[in-house]
Amino acid sequence: MPSMNNAAERVRRELLIRVIRGELDGTLDQEIDRIPIVMRPSNQPASRCCVYKDRAVLKYRLMGILGFGVEDETDEAKPLREYLAEARLRREPPKEVLSVAPVACYGCIESHYVITNACRACFARPCTFSCPKQAITVGPKQAEIDHSKCIDCGKCTTVCPYKAIIRVPIPCEEACPTGAIRKDESGREWINFDTCISCGKCLKACPFSAVLERSQIIEVIRAMKEGRRVVAMVAPAIIGQFPATLEQLAEGLRKAGFSDMLEVASGAELTARNEAIEFFERMERGDHLMTSSCCPAYVEAVKKLIPEMRRFVSSTPSPMVYSGRLAKERDPECVTVFIGPCVAKRKEACSDPNVDYVMTFEELGALFAAREINLGTLEGLKLEREADPYARGFGAGCGVTAAILHEMSAGEGQTPPKIDGKLINPVDRKNMRMLKLHALGKLPGNFLEVMACEGGCVGGPCALVDAEKGGAAVRKLAKEE
Amino acid sequence: MGNGSKLKVEICLGTTCFILGASELQDLAQYLEPELLDRVDIVGRTCLGFCKDRKFDGAPFVRLDERVVIERATVTRVTEKIKAMLKEKDAE
Repeated sequence: MPSMNNAAERVRRELLIRVIRGELDGTLDQEIDRIPIVMRPSNQPASRCCVYKDRAVLKYRLMGILGFGVEDETDEAKPLREYLAEARLRREPPKEVLSVAPVACYGCIESHYVITNACRACFARPCTFSCPKQAITVGPKQAEIDHSKCIDCGKCTTVCPYKAIIRVPIPCEEACPTGAIRKDESGREWINFDTCISCGKCLKACPFSAVLERSQIIEVIRAMKEGRRVVAMVAPAIIGQFPATLEQLAEGLRKAGFSDMLEVASGAELTARNEAIEFFERMERGDHLMTSSCCPAYVEAVKKLIPEMRRFVSSTPSPMVYSGRLAKERDPECVTVFIGPCVAKRKEACSDPNVDYVMTFEELGALFAAREINLGTLEGLKLEREADPYARGFGAGCGVTAAILHEMSAGEGQTPPKIDGKLINPVDRKNMRMLKLHALGKLPGNFLEVMACEGGCVGGPCALVDAEKGGAAVRKLAKEE
Repeated sequence: MGNGSKLKVEICLGTTCFILGASELQDLAQYLEPELLDRVDIVGRTCLGFCKDRKFDGAPFVRLDERVVIERATVTRVTEKIKAMLKEKDAE
């Protein structure tokens, strides 16, 4: 069944539409502090314990849309319009991209294994025998787990004839590949930015919508209102995200306030070409491995947590970096906005002078909705330049490897080294260990395409359609000659 | 059974509806049981116009037989309504 459609996602998108619409109309100052009340009026049932809590959470979510995290809050009584005024003046986008709203965080229970009331306190009691730590005792009505002894091995769950023992995960912690999101003493989750790789998996995983993303949408609208030339650099994963062709998107973006659409696939052509050359050089000099470097969450993971891998990560710039250069070479005065399904690109863009802002597909969709742009009815603009089909495939798993193979086979004169490519996808706990082993030369393969999200960029936390459908659309376009 | 007796299911694929959930609805056919699928005619529409005047609260919209409008449509909600309307049709 659909996984994308849920209340948390809907609220996120609805808030974005309201903020963008208000800011475009110039009425957001008057409206923003009312949005939580308009969306959760007291005569309607609450989603959480009461409408007041719902509204408090909406306020934090709105702070995120204005680019602020919970960490920036010094005065709880500070109204949103003051945050808005600060956001409009901000010249540097926020350095961290995620935050957790403590009021929204349910504080999921710590214990991972729970004996439910399906337990019959049976005679055989296989759970007590299977437990290596003697953590389970059986009372008159049902068995109990002593959580001070339990080591979360899960053996008891497999032996219970009633299937009475279940594992209750903490969704955000479960999703986090690096263990960066953790509880404080009160049970609320916080992100440790020393180990956070900004992949955004927690954002998607939290069923209470407590993880916030700090948006840069106010800055993008400001640039548009100032009359600057704002270039939309769209990630290859964009195809299939909207019911529209690339040509229709180009026209829609123009109507939405951008001056041009630049396919990041144009940058991907350069990445593929240079990464193929780099691979050749690295194999020549005797390296056993090279990995891709276009996924910023993976690169961050290596930087922070897999030191063994550092020297094997390709030093070729990512498609976004090349695209930013292309846009600024053409017009140094333009404002560049990368638009993709990715949270971590915001982080990557922080250190790239040629990428001014980052938007997500979700935010772009909200911008189209706020401007009432109906992509399906547009004629479409002829693309200035069609990107290489192979480069258009970067957004789906194996796309990078395919593009590099294509570049190598196109190379003349030289005999390309044998490429033994492996796809490491997604970056989760298990694959973090695999990466370490690859770095140490303990696993086969000389080229790794590493993608933090399931299915590649199309599975990003801010995608609009599911990874399978998005991936199919990307692959279809990539194969079209 | 001719096409005329089929239940018309119009899914709004306007950008607003699409981002608020119609991206899932466009696959409605995949989720319908074969017996139901035989009796409906599913069409995607670029915009049914219900979100006009900035009323996007109800999006995504689905319209059945040009008279019943489902607001905040989900695959489950639409399927239920299709079943109910087919039953009505059979009773007529």
